[in-house]
Amino acid sequence: MTGKIDQNHIDYLKVRAGMGRISRREFMGRMGALGVSAAMAGTFYAQAVHAAGPVKGGMMRMGVSGGESTNSLDPALAASPVPYNVLNQFGETLINVDENGELEMRLAESVEASADAKTWMFKIRSGVEFHNGKPLTAEDVMRTMERHSNEDSKSGALGIMRGITSMKVEGDMFIVGLDTANADLPFLMGDYHLMIQPDGGFDNPAAGIGTGPYMVEAEEPGVRYMFKKNPNYWDSSRGHVDEVEILSINDTTARMGALQSGQVHLVNRVDPKVAALLDRAPGLSVKNVGGPGHYVFIMHCDTEPFLNNDLRLALKYAIDREDLVDKVLRGYGSVGNDMPVNASYPLFDASIPQREYDPEKAAEHYAKSGHDGSPIILRVSDVAFPGAVEAAQLFQQTANAAGIPLELKREPGDGYWSEVWNVQPFCASYWGGRPVQDQMYSTAYLSSADWNDTRFKREDFDALLLQARGELDADKRKALYSEMGMMVRDEGGLICPMFNDFVEGVSDKVQGWVADPTGELMSGTATHKCWLTA
Amino acid sequence: MHPILILVSQRVALGLFLLLAASVLIFAGTMILPGDVAQSILGQSATPEALANLRAELGLNDPPVTRYFNWLFGALQGDLGTALTNGQDIASSLGRRLGNTMFLAFWAAVIAVPLAIFLGLLAVRYRNRWPDKLISGVTLASISIPEFLIGYLLVYFVAVKLGWFSSVSMINDSMSLGEKLSAIALPVGVLVLVVLAHMMRMTRAAILNVMQSAYIETAELKGLSGFNVIFRHAFPNAIAPIVNVVMLNLAYLVVGVVVVEVVFVYPGMGQYLVDHVSKRDVPVVQACGLVFAAVYIGLNMVADIVAILSNPRLRHPK
Repeated sequence: MTGKIDQNHIDYLKVRAGMGRISRREFMGRMGALGVSAAMAGTFYAQAVHAAGPVKGGMMRMGVSGGESTNSLDPALAASPVPYNVLNQFGETLINVDENGELEMRLAESVEASADAKTWMFKIRSGVEFHNGKPLTAEDVMRTMERHSNEDSKSGALGIMRGITSMKVEGDMFIVGLDTANADLPFLMGDYHLMIQPDGGFDNPAAGIGTGPYMVEAEEPGVRYMFKKNPNYWDSSRGHVDEVEILSINDTTARMGALQSGQVHLVNRVDPKVAALLDRAPGLSVKNVGGPGHYVFIMHCDTEPFLNNDLRLALKYAIDREDLVDKVLRGYGSVGNDMPVNASYPLFDASIPQREYDPEKAAEHYAKSGHDGSPIILRVSDVAFPGAVEAAQLFQQTANAAGIPLELKREPGDGYWSEVWNVQPFCASYWGGRPVQDQMYSTAYLSSADWNDTRFKREDFDALLLQARGELDADKRKALYSEMGMMVRDEGGLICPMFNDFVEGVSDKVQGWVADPTGELMSGTATHKCWLTA
Repeated sequence: MHPILILVSQRVALGLFLLLAASVLIFAGTMILPGDVAQSILGQSATPEALANLRAELGLNDPPVTRYFNWLFGALQGDLGTALTNGQDIASSLGRRLGNTMFLAFWAAVIAVPLAIFLGLLAVRYRNRWPDKLISGVTLASISIPEFLIGYLLVYFVAVKLGWFSSVSMINDSMSLGEKLSAIALPVGVLVLVVLAHMMRMTRAAILNVMQSAYIETAELKGLSGFNVIFRHAFPNAIAPIVNVVMLNLAYLVVGVVVVEVVFVYPGMGQYLVDHVSKRDVPVVQACGLVFAAVYIGLNMVADIVAILSNPRLRHPK
């Protein structure tokens, strides 16, 4: 075969792929036959399909784990993946954090800060309509923020609204006043609870009325949600399909079966154990992207025996992070460094040395701690994170090898978050991560934080955090964050062995998929940005 | 008054008392569980203020006894209230779930009950020969395999490999009866396999017991055919134990199929109840518990009454 024929053939296949006539798998196979490398063929395919542009129409179906019949449409009460994805269909926030970690303007057209970063002005987009026909105003935005921050608030976003001291509206501007400077405020406004509702949703919080690309058509909590396209949606570059259906499929095997039999186009939370097998099935591929979410073992720094930093260090040296990533995540993740942040965060200092498994150092610190040799109890449950029990068993083995008497106590999953997490001194847990370092540290490492689940209370750390928050110079901020990261790493109560990837199953019929590390299923926007081919 | 009527009204009164007792037990049980509804809703993202606000709004600060009686008076007036977690009307969402559960149970029963009895009769007719052994072997195997495994096997072979039926059995009002039946084909298959053995074995045992009687021998000596003897003469006298087992299995089809619902993503009562128990949503748990208890009590009552009616000595007491 000459190069010329190959090129023609490649172009032909690219046209076919662009028209959606052949699947990605078939395309890759034929390219392979022409001697094109898989990486190159993948690029060709993406080019071809993107060049053809989005196809309009069709019904996109998602099988999502993490829905209950107790779910509500009220954005303030959303806490699991199904409500998260449902909110993202009908609602929108002022700002999104895009796949590169940058701010993306949504219902705010622009945002400006005063020089001291204490006053923030959001210009609200004009010409946007709610699903009930009411035009969006800055007043609606302010009422929404009020509902999430007033004294009757039961919102999951209440914690991040705390720094706000005043809110007012001037024309189409929504102006926020803060008690201390915060350079990251726009990122906080991207929190998924803060979906803008007409009149803030005061009259009916669970009405399911927003400005998003899809309107709620049917709501059956714990079963399914139907959406149809919002004909008046302001952003013509999004919302390609006519209908979206979200099925709540909590059983992993059932979810994978639904994807394989073509009943759904997208599934979240593919079990790492089966990901490689699933990827080999025809008509679909498994996508993974590293994110800010991490699995942790947390010690209370103010409770015996974890009061002693040498004991904490001993346990940190006694865990084999690489092994856990291999065995528990099957490679779908990356090692942690006992800090709650990684390279997916802006201003992360990659030069901080990686902590390794070192049984000798562990034994040394253990001896120095003077611990009496009584068993150290680690509480764990399957709900702490997928594979938590196995991870804890591996930890127990490596710790015992270093002479540390680590013992496991299995707790029931039901009630774990109220009875064990943030209550018992040493347990397994997870964090979903936050878009910026400031938010992660203020949520769980500030002395006064409600979710300070390691009881890490250090005035010098708090001072650094506030200083970094008001620092508008990126280099200085980065240095401050680096210093804070080192403090948590060397003196905190966090053992962070791994950051987990988002692992998702995508049908070959879905086009336009991009890797988005900020949240599940392209940060909830898969249905906005992807389209379906025949 | 006819003694049967007296008996039935006694049973109904007793059943109502049992329901009340069940509601107390369910309420006490959900109180004992750790955590409350506010904590369960907000989960890991709960701040103390948000918790306090939610508790006040849901009326969780009232003493438990007050809450129980508030619920009881509402329920007696036919008002089951609204779910604490999502504010939906309990009667209507429960009604839809119950309808789905009944729909699945009905079709499973329509296939399983006649099939089980027929297989039981067949096993008696050919007892200790290969058809008997084959029927026993297959049904015992299917009851011994956990139902979720049968479910997964059917999903893998029938839905994924062959593509005959859908692996997700979600049904909704906009579907025609044919579409609904096609959607529930796999869960119905699993349920039939699971309940078949129990009913079939009981039919076989009860009839074999009767077959020892002298009058059966008479019927055989009269020259009646083997199957005729079993069906016309032995079966009517074996009805009471068979009905008992059938009712137990029907009750199981209504209240015990949560695993099958999860595997096939079927929107029935089981998953609905489990979700609300894990969120400590007491009014919904109460309502579901009452429905389940009523189903059990009702079906057992039917079994008792049928047993009495089928026995002339109990039907015409001296």
